[in-house]
Amino acid sequence: MQTMTLREVKVGKTVKVLKLKGEGAVKRRIMDMGITKGVEIYVRRVAPFGDPIEVTVRGYELSLRKADAEMVEVE
Amino acid sequence: MGIRIALAGNPNSGKTTLFNVLTGSNQYVGNWPGVTVEKKEGTIKKYPDVTVIDLPGIYSLSPYTLEEVVSRDFLVGERPDVILNIVDGTNIERNLYLTTQLMELGIPVVVAVNMMDIVRKNGDEIKIDALSKSLGCRIVEISALRGTGINEAVDAAIDAATAGVKPTPAHTFSGVVEHALAHIEEAALHDMPSEQQRWYAIKLFERDKKVIEQLKLSDEVIAHIEEDIRAAETELDDDSESIITNERYIYISNILKNSYKKKNAGKLSTSEKIDRIVTNRFLALPIFALVMVAVYYIAVTSVGTIVTDFTNEVLFGKWIMPGVASLLKSAGAADWVISLVVDGIIGGISAPIGFAPQMAVLFLLLSFLEDCGYMARVAFIMDKLFRRFGLSGKSFIPLLVSSGCGVPGIMATRTIENEKDRRLTMITTTMIPCGAKLPVIALIAGAIMGGSWWMAPLMYFVGIASVIVSCVILKKTKMFSGDPAPFIMELPQYHLPSIKNMLIHVWDRVWHFLKKAGTVLFLCCVVMWLLVTLGFEDGKFGIVAQENSIMSIIGGVISPIFIPLGFGFWQAVAASLSGFFAKEAVVSTIAIFVGLVDLGQEDPELWGAVMALFPSAVAAVSFLVFNLLNSPCIAAVTTLSREMNSRKWTVFALVYQNVFAYVVSLMIYQFGSTITGDVSFGIGTVGAIIVLSVMVYLIFRKAPIKRMSAKKSNPARAS
Repeated sequence: MQTMTLREVKVGKTVKVLKLKGEGAVKRRIMDMGITKGVEIYVRRVAPFGDPIEVTVRGYELSLRKADAEMVEVE
Repeated sequence: MGIRIALAGNPNSGKTTLFNVLTGSNQYVGNWPGVTVEKKEGTIKKYPDVTVIDLPGIYSLSPYTLEEVVSRDFLVGERPDVILNIVDGTNIERNLYLTTQLMELGIPVVVAVNMMDIVRKNGDEIKIDALSKSLGCRIVEISALRGTGINEAVDAAIDAATAGVKPTPAHTFSGVVEHALAHIEEAALHDMPSEQQRWYAIKLFERDKKVIEQLKLSDEVIAHIEEDIRAAETELDDDSESIITNERYIYISNILKNSYKKKNAGKLSTSEKIDRIVTNRFLALPIFALVMVAVYYIAVTSVGTIVTDFTNEVLFGKWIMPGVASLLKSAGAADWVISLVVDGIIGGISAPIGFAPQMAVLFLLLSFLEDCGYMARVAFIMDKLFRRFGLSGKSFIPLLVSSGCGVPGIMATRTIENEKDRRLTMITTTMIPCGAKLPVIALIAGAIMGGSWWMAPLMYFVGIASVIVSCVILKKTKMFSGDPAPFIMELPQYHLPSIKNMLIHVWDRVWHFLKKAGTVLFLCCVVMWLLVTLGFEDGKFGIVAQENSIMSIIGGVISPIFIPLGFGFWQAVAASLSGFFAKEAVVSTIAIFVGLVDLGQEDPELWGAVMALFPSAVAAVSFLVFNLLNSPCIAAVTTLSREMNSRKWTVFALVYQNVFAYVVSLMIYQFGSTITGDVSFGIGTVGAIIVLSVMVYLIFRKAPIKRMSAKKSNPARAS
């Protein structure tokens, strides 16, 4: 399995979170919303202007910007 | 003393629905000092001595967002007798994350699993007994929307509060973390009541700055604690905050394995089907435009106007005003009393009240869009576009609402988490021409060129351009700079809002508006009338001709300031000043000055007379733009000051709005007049050129802070 960031994942793919980079409020927020080590994320769609993205995590829909998705390392 | 129940839970989990069911018509909306986010308090219908507090919806007790800080300050500082934790049963995993944190506060917790009707309809299963056992607290199934299980939930909460049994969190962290927590409790928290120690210990472990500040620990103790934290971090190869978050979610996944069964439906949910269309690459924007046009068409043009016209022309114009006038006359009241009451007070208040039905319809439609889940999608669609001028997608909603009225527009900024972005949106949002500015536009457009249809759209464009320019300029200053607010937002499932809740919502806002009309506006009307009516004539103080009124004196003093803008005469100043009470008052004040009160705003005779007031067409446009962009009416200013909750920021907003309006009008008049030849090149033109260059510089200068830098940098460094 090769590693990449959530930003690079194609729409319609499911990935598993390896770890979160960075620190501070944004990272905490992402984790609070349920994106933590080991969880599965399904990339649902990209907004019409190309950013942000919508993912399904822990059974609900979450939107986050590509810049923030870059903090999430997945496989 | 009675029992205080705090309703806590994720946003959108149904707390407010439950709150309204519990308190019925007893609710009131109160602002606590020092907070900008609303908490609601009410008493339960069945038990008058039980108080319910509806806290802002939160995902976590982290110190990062305003709502979270407000909620946790309340829970930790005020310590309610019991927490009724509302959990969305359709989204149980993430909702329980907050539950694990609430359990640590040392306050009795009762969990109410909401939306059980939908859970069952989906064919999912939550084993309440098993879950209750694993979590270590009482769990009740409810459906706030349908009103089932609510009595049981309240009774359980009251029981828990009376028994006062403090929960012992059933979940524990991994060995090394627990070891560190025990050390922290011993080193720093042994003076504290034992049930509160755990929460503080975990916060200290997370290096929560607000808690460290609050506890005023000595450096020695902090250094000692730091050793334990480091040890745990090294062993688990992660930072302490992530360790805690991770372990919470792992714990939740584990307990849900035994107590939750999701019927794995492979078919698309209804929400997903709707989203496929409304957030579609090609359809998203056309659909959004259509929705908005429909909202404004219904609210402003069709339904709203019918009711508003009725209120203004028939209810006030034909019934109340003549009625009161003849009533006063027959009672033998003096002419000046009749004039004060009828022209001053009723005339002044009726215009804004006339807008109430329009606002009600607009609020109803917007609250439908908000409640059903579409607004979240709009923010999702528009985020990228808005980030270009330094705002997040969430700022779009207030701007939109402001095209109806600035008051709800400013209130709608509450959904923006980032305080800087919120302030920026509040300062700029009233630059969008609101409904009350339309008559002003119509009047000036008529005066200049006999009423052109494109004047109103042009002014909307000026408004939008002003918002964008202001955001770009302000975002680059120290006060507003910083990374764009994160946009990590839940896209909730679509659902049909309950009509009752929508009506409560609308009534709440409209009532607020009407109350203001009866208080602030009432006072303003009296003052304005007095200023235009009273003055000195022949050395005596009394009722005088307008030219000698106090207003003309005040206007005369201020008017030189506006000479560079082309309208340095006292009538224009007075009209602008009356615009602070209500924007449409600009029109009525001008009409009084030209002595044609009874004419409609569409009357060519009025247009001609108005044009005669202004030295040139460019001056009239400059006057119009100034009145569109300057600080909003008193109702909006009061809302602004309440929402800013800071005198400094309110003053800044007002100063900025007026300076910006002045500067834009200056450029319009000076450049425009030079082109038309009304004014020859002079000091004014030079001034305008300087202003323009400064503005261009402020727009295009490099942002002092690099966008994506995560660490704090010194904004004063670069320029």
